[in-house]
Amino acid sequence: MIATIEVIEGGHGNSIQDRGRVGYRHMGIAVSGQLDAIFARCANALVGNAESAACLEMRATGPTLKVRAGALRVAMSGEVAATIQRPDGRQRRLAAWCSASLDNGDVLKIGAIAGGTAYLAVSGGIGVVPQLGSRSTYLRAAIGGCDGRLLAAGDSFPCRRLERDDLGEYRATPWRHDGGPIRAISGPQTDCFGLTALADFLAQPYTVSVESDRMGMRLAGPALAHRDADSADIVSDGVAPGAIQVPGDGQPIVLLADCQTVGGYPKIATVITADLCRLGQCRPGATIRFALVDLATAAALLAAREARWQHWRESIRGHLPLDYVDENALYRSNLIGGVLRAEP
Amino acid sequence: MPTSSQRFPPRLLPLGDSAWTVEFGERIDPSIHARVMGLGAALEKVRTVDPLFAQVLDIVPTFRSLTVHYDPLPGRGMALREALRQLAEGSGEATLAGRRWCLPACFDDDFAPDLSVLAERGGLSRTAVIQALLDCEFRVYMIGFMPGFPYLGDLPEALRAPRRRTPRQAVPAGSIAVAGQLCGVYPWASPGGWHLLGRTPVPLFVAGDVEPSLLAAGDSLRWRAVSRSAYEEVAADLRHGCRTRRDFEQARETV
Repeated sequence: MIATIEVIEGGHGNSIQDRGRVGYRHMGIAVSGQLDAIFARCANALVGNAESAACLEMRATGPTLKVRAGALRVAMSGEVAATIQRPDGRQRRLAAWCSASLDNGDVLKIGAIAGGTAYLAVSGGIGVVPQLGSRSTYLRAAIGGCDGRLLAAGDSFPCRRLERDDLGEYRATPWRHDGGPIRAISGPQTDCFGLTALADFLAQPYTVSVESDRMGMRLAGPALAHRDADSADIVSDGVAPGAIQVPGDGQPIVLLADCQTVGGYPKIATVITADLCRLGQCRPGATIRFALVDLATAAALLAAREARWQHWRESIRGHLPLDYVDENALYRSNLIGGVLRAEP
Repeated sequence: MPTSSQRFPPRLLPLGDSAWTVEFGERIDPSIHARVMGLGAALEKVRTVDPLFAQVLDIVPTFRSLTVHYDPLPGRGMALREALRQLAEGSGEATLAGRRWCLPACFDDDFAPDLSVLAERGGLSRTAVIQALLDCEFRVYMIGFMPGFPYLGDLPEALRAPRRRTPRQAVPAGSIAVAGQLCGVYPWASPGGWHLLGRTPVPLFVAGDVEPSLLAAGDSLRWRAVSRSAYEEVAADLRHGCRTRRDFEQARETV
């Protein structure tokens, strides 16, 4: 059964993203996908979706959405809040990290994003047609999402309609990313840099510049010296999200999900997979520090992160919504059946 | 100093915890690229049979190295590194086994704003520049910069020039451009700093196609000069489906 959501206002910086487009990088197609895969997973889990479901990534101002055919369930993750306006004029606030069911005519108005990235998941995932194996929006090639562009008024997309007796809501405590320095593995081009560059890179914090988007994040801080003038350019080789490339001015650029597949600046280090999601939460003006780890530590950190996420998912609890109660359906519902019926 | 790229032992460089770059040299050079493609072919062969390679997600050839992206979750990065090193040491050079393309190119003035500059620089006539380009059998070194953008080499010395001091804000789609030893084609309008010498009506990237990028690393390509009317005709035929992009692939020569 299909539900439909219509976009009333597109907001700013909002795009449909899933886990990314794998298997096309040899054609120059970026992997794309969610900048903060963990926050996206959290939102998906709160509406009962698989991790692979596409959700809405929000980077600046959230959109205003209207349910054209419901009911459906939504949940947000990140530093964001929304209001739900019912057709009868009732209004309630929806916080992140808990789900809400919306019916025909309900309007969800999502506010500004305080963190770097927030997500909206809808039941069944955003059902736009996948392109090249993914629903992720890739602006540069205008593929995925809604016609390969940011969300705009007039867009509409399908998701899964809720069963009539599916009434419970779900919530959990906000996910907290690891603190401390962003961890990276040195290389692949450490030999293009002067003897002190790596130490300089680790010694001082860097400030995230306003010149940042889904392709990369420019950093400002201590300039990193190349070995010599010729070493500031290399014959292009492969790059990946997390790679920290250093052009001639010595100011690092951390590549993100929409980055090119090859690049001609030397890369001093590459952020580990476990910490890529933390980059998604860095806003312009934020300061970050880096620390180096080896491959075994990176693998251990990733395994620990996955274990912690499983634990978080198991901590999701069902609860009854405070409003929008259909009493007949409530009595039929399995959710509270055990509570109302005297157990023998 | 090694005199042959064969003597340069492959270097295994970590690109974080989710990719290895296997590097065969530091220059743009057909023999280095042949080793890159040799490893690529060897990897494609074992990828489907050896479970260790099931973690491999993307294989990206570049001028001088092969980047192998993998899933870091199984924690088998070091085992993959060792397997790649062994493959790289044993794989040798691949002959240019890719497809052979002959694509139409129109050199009308408005398609080729930098033709005169390049001719002057090389001390050649405009016709001689075009002829030099038509004489090249290009190797597709890699696809990058933007989806479907091919890096083609190598240009003869007379056509080599550093990129423009001021990049253009908008290079039209289909533009054939050169810089240094390389020739490229902009799949769609984009800013760009290469010198524009002509235009092809054949789209290099079609998202809806089974193979969105027309060209792949290891293919070879020649340009065939066409008039403006032939250019328009090909463009219309492709738009209306009377021809497909595959029609410009040439049959393999039988030896």
